[in-house]
Amino acid sequence: MVQKKIKLLNKLLKHFPLILLYFSVLNEFDIDVASLGLLSFNLPFIIIFYWSLKDPDYIGNGLIFISGILNDVTLGYPIGVSSFIYLTIIAFAAYLRNITLRPNVFKDSIVFLVALLFANSLNASILSFIFSIEIIFFEILVNITFTFLLYFLFARIFNYLKPMSV
Amino acid sequence: MASSRDDFVIAVRSAFLKKSNKQQFSLLALILFSIFLIFLSNLNYVGIKYIKIGVNEATYRLSSMVSYPEKKINDSLRFLSEYFNVYKENQNLKNQIDKLNSKKLNYIFLENENKKLKELIGENIYNSEGIISKVLIGKEGKYLKSIILNKGSRDGIKKGMVVLEKNYLIGQIIEVNYTTSRAILISDLNSNIPVVLEPGSFQSILSGTGKDYGKIKYSKNKLILDEKTIVYTSGSGGNFRAGLPIGKINNNLETFAVEFFSDLSQITYVIIQSIEGQKE
Repeated sequence: MVQKKIKLLNKLLKHFPLILLYFSVLNEFDIDVASLGLLSFNLPFIIIFYWSLKDPDYIGNGLIFISGILNDVTLGYPIGVSSFIYLTIIAFAAYLRNITLRPNVFKDSIVFLVALLFANSLNASILSFIFSIEIIFFEILVNITFTFLLYFLFARIFNYLKPMSV
Repeated sequence: MASSRDDFVIAVRSAFLKKSNKQQFSLLALILFSIFLIFLSNLNYVGIKYIKIGVNEATYRLSSMVSYPEKKINDSLRFLSEYFNVYKENQNLKNQIDKLNSKKLNYIFLENENKKLKELIGENIYNSEGIISKVLIGKEGKYLKSIILNKGSRDGIKKGMVVLEKNYLIGQIIEVNYTTSRAILISDLNSNIPVVLEPGSFQSILSGTGKDYGKIKYSKNKLILDEKTIVYTSGSGGNFRAGLPIGKINNNLETFAVEFFSDLSQITYVIIQSIEGQKE
């Protein structure tokens, strides 16, 4: 009985990043926390970058792709845009994983910042130029700043959770 | 120099093409597929439309279920804050009722007179009935301010219908699925509504700002608008019927800013109306 419980807990912890990603994509609290005023951050970006960098087996590329589709539908964006953006984040993480010998949270965060800037620029360009959707650049900048700052906090939490799920 | 370039190429190639043990798809394949999807979503083929409706239906229901606990917590917090303000609010409401009762008699007289005059000049008269719908998801994205409603084509919802909350205009239907629909809010950056400013009957355009208020555009240079100015739909363009109240001018927020009568972040039920369906 106890062993069963431990197994279930391990399973839950192993799938925690995936559950959190889908929860944040489907839930109303994920990125644009309008009720908190300026404080808005992109939790899916943090989850995708961290887990693609540290252990890509936790969340498959296909599942991230599907989460992007769900995000598009929930937010009313043209289908495929978020998936494409999420995959560019994975590309940055995969490149960093391939060239890094000694992982360091500060080096990771610098690449994360570059990935954030690139992904958000791409997102804004696609929505603005192809689909003619008007955007507020200040809000995006605030979003990028908070996402970058909160990466350190979430990386610490995920670092703590990772060995528990093995 | 050449070896560092080789390293870069190897790292990039590995990032895009290499699959780890549990990965089913390579990154490059998925990126190409997502570009294909973006291209498809720009086209209006019937098949794609039905697939999109199916995906929308499933996702909206799923998202509504996932959002349920958060919604309940927010409702409880709101209930608590309202509970503590109830005495003060009660006094204010009593005063307001007294004032409104005296005005009501005047309005009934004016309404009847207005109806008779409209009949005389042959203009359409609208009643206030419509389809009542519940807000499934009130998700406001960085780029789009919209709400998902639990009524769709099955219930007679059509693209372009107006969405009201307590008779105040809050948006318009932009996407219709079988049992759900999406309405763009008047606060959205892409929203432009022909309005009339009273008193004075100035014609203008109300634009969304992406925040919780709107802004009057294209008005006369010397136009003076104060907090007594009420914004109604003008009916120009035929997308909205004339006379729907939207909000009032609040220059404290921004010059010519319009504070909406409805709190767009707290909408639970709405009324959906079409111009054609509401003619008497």
